[in-house]
Amino acid sequence: MKNRLKVLRAERNWTQADLAEALSVSRQTVNAIETGKFDPSLPLAFKLSRLFGLPIEAIFEDPAT
Amino acid sequence: MRSEKSADNWQKDYKRSVKQLGLWTLLWVLSTALLSFGPEAVWQFDALFSLMALGLNLLLGIMMVLAMVRHVHRMDELERKIFLDASSFTLGIGVIAATAYGTLEDIKLIAFEPDIAHLILLMSLTFLLSVWVGNRRYR
Repeated sequence: MKNRLKVLRAERNWTQADLAEALSVSRQTVNAIETGKFDPSLPLAFKLSRLFGLPIEAIFEDPAT
Repeated sequence: MRSEKSADNWQKDYKRSVKQLGLWTLLWVLSTALLSFGPEAVWQFDALFSLMALGLNLLLGIMMVLAMVRHVHRMDELERKIFLDASSFTLGIGVIAATAYGTLEDIKLIAFEPDIAHLILLMSLTFLLSVWVGNRRYR
């Protein structure tokens, strides 16, 4: 699933490791989500939403649209 | 930017569960060695000691499995997916290999009795390879 994670992270000058630590996941998981290789669960998507202060649909692109 | 206060705890818990899993696995392997070699080399097939070694082996095996379950719960969702994929593949290979291997002696393709150790070795290598492939896929 396409997403704006890399852009949003870069805007805040966060590294993948920073984001991984904030989400309590591994850096590999952050990288896999950013590159669209892995789709996060709904709880993790909500965590990202809270962290960036954005709705989920502003972070992830609906593949059906 | 530590908005999630549990971040440090997650990493500490994860490392602790890896250590605990390693410890229980080591103890189980040692108890398996004791059960395999002890009866002949140490207590000359005394049934009581063999039963005690068996009980210890089973107990440590259960502790190892519980440590594995705890470790899986400490994983993040991608690690858990890689683990689940590897476990599924290993189980499938194990069932197929065990079924075929079990018939080899009956149909006279091998002259020796099938050894469970070969199956365990195959499943261990399959699991390790599957985890490695999974990690590469999501790198």
